[in-house]
Amino acid sequence: MSSGHRHVPSVNTLRGRVEAATGVSIAKCYQCGKCAAGCPVGDEMDMPPSRIFRLVQWEIPEMEERALRSEAIWLCLSCETCATRCPQELEIPKALDAIRAESLKRGMVNPKAKKILAFHRSFLASIEREGRLFEVGMVSDYKRRTGDLMKDVTVAPKLFLRGKLGLMPHRIKDRAGVKAIFKRVLGKG
Amino acid sequence: MRIGYYPGCSLQGSSKEFDESTRAVLKALDVELVEVPDWNCCGASSAHALNHDLSLALPARILAQAEAAGLTEVLAPCAACSSRLMTARQELSNHPEKRAEVEQAIGMPYAGTVKVVNVLEVLNRLQESIASQIKAPFARKAASYYGCLLVRPPRVVDFDRPEDPQSMDRLVTKVGGTAMEWPFKTECCGASFSLTRTDIVAKLSGRILEGAVKRGAEVIVVACPMCHSNLDLRRPEINAQLGKNIQIPVLFITQVIGMAMGLEPKALGLQRHLVNVVFEPAAV
Repeated sequence: MSSGHRHVPSVNTLRGRVEAATGVSIAKCYQCGKCAAGCPVGDEMDMPPSRIFRLVQWEIPEMEERALRSEAIWLCLSCETCATRCPQELEIPKALDAIRAESLKRGMVNPKAKKILAFHRSFLASIEREGRLFEVGMVSDYKRRTGDLMKDVTVAPKLFLRGKLGLMPHRIKDRAGVKAIFKRVLGKG
Repeated sequence: MRIGYYPGCSLQGSSKEFDESTRAVLKALDVELVEVPDWNCCGASSAHALNHDLSLALPARILAQAEAAGLTEVLAPCAACSSRLMTARQELSNHPEKRAEVEQAIGMPYAGTVKVVNVLEVLNRLQESIASQIKAPFARKAASYYGCLLVRPPRVVDFDRPEDPQSMDRLVTKVGGTAMEWPFKTECCGASFSLTRTDIVAKLSGRILEGAVKRGAEVIVVACPMCHSNLDLRRPEINAQLGKNIQIPVLFITQVIGMAMGLEPKALGLQRHLVNVVFEPAAV
């Protein structure tokens, strides 16, 4: 086998699509478990990162679907502990980002991740509108999406009294430019 | 010294004191901060969590704005912002074929010439200057808590050690404090789960707090607004989860340095914390 041979990932598999999108070669994972051992939310996950990768390595749709439907991919908080320690230097959070994006695209989001997804959507909606995060607006939007109306109602006054709760958004001048970014980027696929 | 400045959203809001103390300290050290014009949000966790292209474009606009303003280096005190900016810059540098698409998305040219640095790196450069201006040594036993993104992933941040970092501990020692050895320096606080999985934040941040208090720390020093928020704002949830009443204060490194340099407490935003800045030798 020539050392110059480069395997081009097939986009017919999740593994291939993740590699094409991120450059992360999941095939390299040899299941050492270091990522699972160091993951701060490992014991909260339905399966550890190493298992997600193993499912993707099979290149079998039923296995891929288990990974795409997992709660684990939504619990990753990108602490980068795994990526720092992986002996194959795999950018694990980046690969999980790609798996998560496909999960979202294919409507396979784990029901337990509903609030986490809502948070991300509220956050991005705020940026799209103002160019910067409007914390109060984001939280209101999050509550509207999740019905979690009483969340943190006692926290808001504490922040307000300390001058840390802006009641008005910080709006950038080029809001149109930021809106355009969202449109151009999210418009495709 | 003159450097670009990217405060980011949390420094304008719930971590205002980090912005105040950083500006106050750098001003006292004769560093001119040039704010990136009309900066937008970097996208934080939510952009990369849902869409990779968005997580590249938002930081790219910020860096393009900095370039247009003639800046060559930008300080981003927020650890998440610095991480997102550095990551985007590195990806576009390693994959020049993606630049055209990003330039099209942001409607601006992007050259990739602006370097991003985090607050520990900048303070590290100024340590001799800081040492020469100490008026009131910060003689406390301090647990320096780095969190995740200030030192990881090493291929992106390229500063200090990803396991057992030392830069913040050195700064604390420089201003008269006692740096404490402890195993929770880089354990995640729970990050952006503050709202959605407060239980996870309570658990992870609880371990960090207990880890510091158990070893006799009088203060926890941080350099990340998310870490600060989780250890300070979420203290009631942590204490409820632990069944304890831990009152150890959490300070930003810039507040610690500012205090040692004799700057006014109000200028450092010390009154903005939810856990009062009161030092008690920790009961072991």
